[in-house]
Amino acid sequence: MLPIRFRRLAAAAAIAVVGVGALAACGNGGDDEASAGPVKLRFLSLAWQKESLQANKDLVAKWNSEHPDIQVEYVQGDWNSVHDQLLTSFEGGDAPDIVHYEASSIGEFSKQGYLADLKDLIPADLKGQIDQGVWDTVTFDGQVTGVPFLLESQVVIANKKLLDAAGVTVPPADGGWTWDEFQANAQKLTKSGQYGVAWALKSPTNRVLNLALNYDGKFFYSDGGKTEVKIGDAEKEIPKRIHDMLYTSKTASPEALGMSGADTLPGFFGGKYAMLPGSVSLRQQMVEQAPKDFEWVTLPPVKGLSANQAANPQTLSVSADSKHKEQAAQFLSYFLNPTNMATLAKGDWLVPTGKQANEELVKLTEGKQGWDVAANSAADLTVAPFQQADGYPEWKTKYATPALQQYFANKITLDQLASQLVDGGKQVLR
Amino acid sequence: MLGKPSRTGRTLQYLALAAYLIFLGFPLVWLLSTAFKPPRELVQLHPTLIPSNPTVQNFVQAFTEQELGRAAWNSLQVSLASAVLTVLVAMPASYALARFKSKLGTLALGWVLLSQLFPFVLLIIPIFLVLRQAGLANSHAGLVLIYVVWALPFALWMLQGFVRNIPRELEEAASVDGASRLQTLRRVVFPLLAPGLVATALFSFISAWNEFFFALVLIKTPELQTLPVALARFVGIEGTARLGPLAAGALLATLPSLIFFAFMQRRLSSGSLAGAVKG
Repeated sequence: MLPIRFRRLAAAAAIAVVGVGALAACGNGGDDEASAGPVKLRFLSLAWQKESLQANKDLVAKWNSEHPDIQVEYVQGDWNSVHDQLLTSFEGGDAPDIVHYEASSIGEFSKQGYLADLKDLIPADLKGQIDQGVWDTVTFDGQVTGVPFLLESQVVIANKKLLDAAGVTVPPADGGWTWDEFQANAQKLTKSGQYGVAWALKSPTNRVLNLALNYDGKFFYSDGGKTEVKIGDAEKEIPKRIHDMLYTSKTASPEALGMSGADTLPGFFGGKYAMLPGSVSLRQQMVEQAPKDFEWVTLPPVKGLSANQAANPQTLSVSADSKHKEQAAQFLSYFLNPTNMATLAKGDWLVPTGKQANEELVKLTEGKQGWDVAANSAADLTVAPFQQADGYPEWKTKYATPALQQYFANKITLDQLASQLVDGGKQVLR
Repeated sequence: MLGKPSRTGRTLQYLALAAYLIFLGFPLVWLLSTAFKPPRELVQLHPTLIPSNPTVQNFVQAFTEQELGRAAWNSLQVSLASAVLTVLVAMPASYALARFKSKLGTLALGWVLLSQLFPFVLLIIPIFLVLRQAGLANSHAGLVLIYVVWALPFALWMLQGFVRNIPRELEEAASVDGASRLQTLRRVVFPLLAPGLVATALFSFISAWNEFFFALVLIKTPELQTLPVALARFVGIEGTARLGPLAAGALLATLPSLIFFAFMQRRLSSGSLAGAVKG
């Protein structure tokens, strides 16, 4: 007869085995694909606006009904955690076949070899639809690892009644104000209890670096394989102008500094701010949330030496581990044909990268609700050096954002800002 | 010796208590208010607590767009299974840790505490690979396994404190009366451990119910995703959010925890031991 202690041990082991077996039985048996049947692709989408979600789901459903041999599973992701989700999936060898993300973030994955080179997989007509400057944002070490499809330009949303009352004329869609004109008009719109502008600068770095291209401010300079941060007059121009509006002319509200774009809407609708510099996608909130009698207008991007802004397009990539890259590329070509791209852009209130899609969208919307301005702004969007710099995300989080926040809070000088940005660059750039 | 509080003192006590209750309850009340507001009322310069034009549209959107009902059902299954399994494992283990003093026990307790030092991000990829090998990567079973393992260190630490508070004399008395060790455990120790078990179950349930990161990374199939992952989809780029549907979904997400807590909290009451041992 077995000793009692041994019997207990054996019983415990048996329970453990049964428990694990039961757990395994609860599982769905992993995710092995059947060898026969249609090709299955997983598509991780980050669409989150109501119309955009519907457009994405509808297009996938349409593809699936028209292509029984290539079935796409729509998987919903979210912007805030997609980086961790993808990193784990790539490391674990279980990444989605098709990934929705943005140009400035896929560089890291591209350099680690997680994304497929799409150069030879994308049809020529799709290539020709998109400007080379935009393709450059998704080209890393000669490999094209994403198809850019939605652009976000910085425009100005304004309260039409306040503009009229101050005698400020709305410029045409293709003729934006210069920075001097913008600042002068902000002055006209400033009076007791009302600021001309609300700069929502909770996350100031991307915005400043995007707009810096107006004055050819590059921030990141490469020489002989080494990248460094340099701050000259061109880089200082945009921060200085915003700072002047806050503390010299006092035409910009200091309370908006800690806000995100959407946080400024109550004040904008309440008449506290006359103009909101922000993304073209802010128009969606105008349509959905503005009071019924509120009149708003979209003003074209403000110009410096040029109206150039950094393009950080949303992208669709194919995982390097995908067993069905060609089929995934076929889906991308369908998903991003001019009509579908226009539908997706409309759903997200963003600008399509494709020329024909842009034209279709303006025709579809008759240029109303700022679509004419949005379409025109696409031509000025191009790659910026920071988008290609290794270490930019770390520089942005650890150094640039705190330094810019301090500068805009008037706690440090412009020269101190410059030196903090340069020092930060030395710490993180390789 | 403390005297009876004065009328003023008592009033101040109640005022402080009321202020504390408002502090605790206000976010929930504001969430309730937001969930019933139409989009235009969410961006008023002077927001009101009571919606002027209450709507259930936010709930409709939350349920139709992100299938919150299914996600909530998934969360409920995973959380209940995690709570039950954690209690089942922690109960005997904590008794052994508290009652049988040995170097191994001290080491085990130290290891349990040490395991809490590892951050999620360090563990997630190895865990993912192990679960994938076991065929549990994209399943609720895998998630439950992780949640149980994740909750166990704290549960063990907490429960063994409860075990220590049970006087040994009670077990000795049962033994003198002829009870075997198993009978002593079943009829004396475990009933007295009920508040601890309830606290452990609550902790484990709420941890699993709220957990986001493991659920995000381990579950790929949309039909299996849990509530926190579904709720995150109402938040867009750089913190912009669809406040109405998010509030509606978040409100629903708090309900099961509240109900579970209300149901279990009666069992949390201490005092079962009052007068159990004289002297």
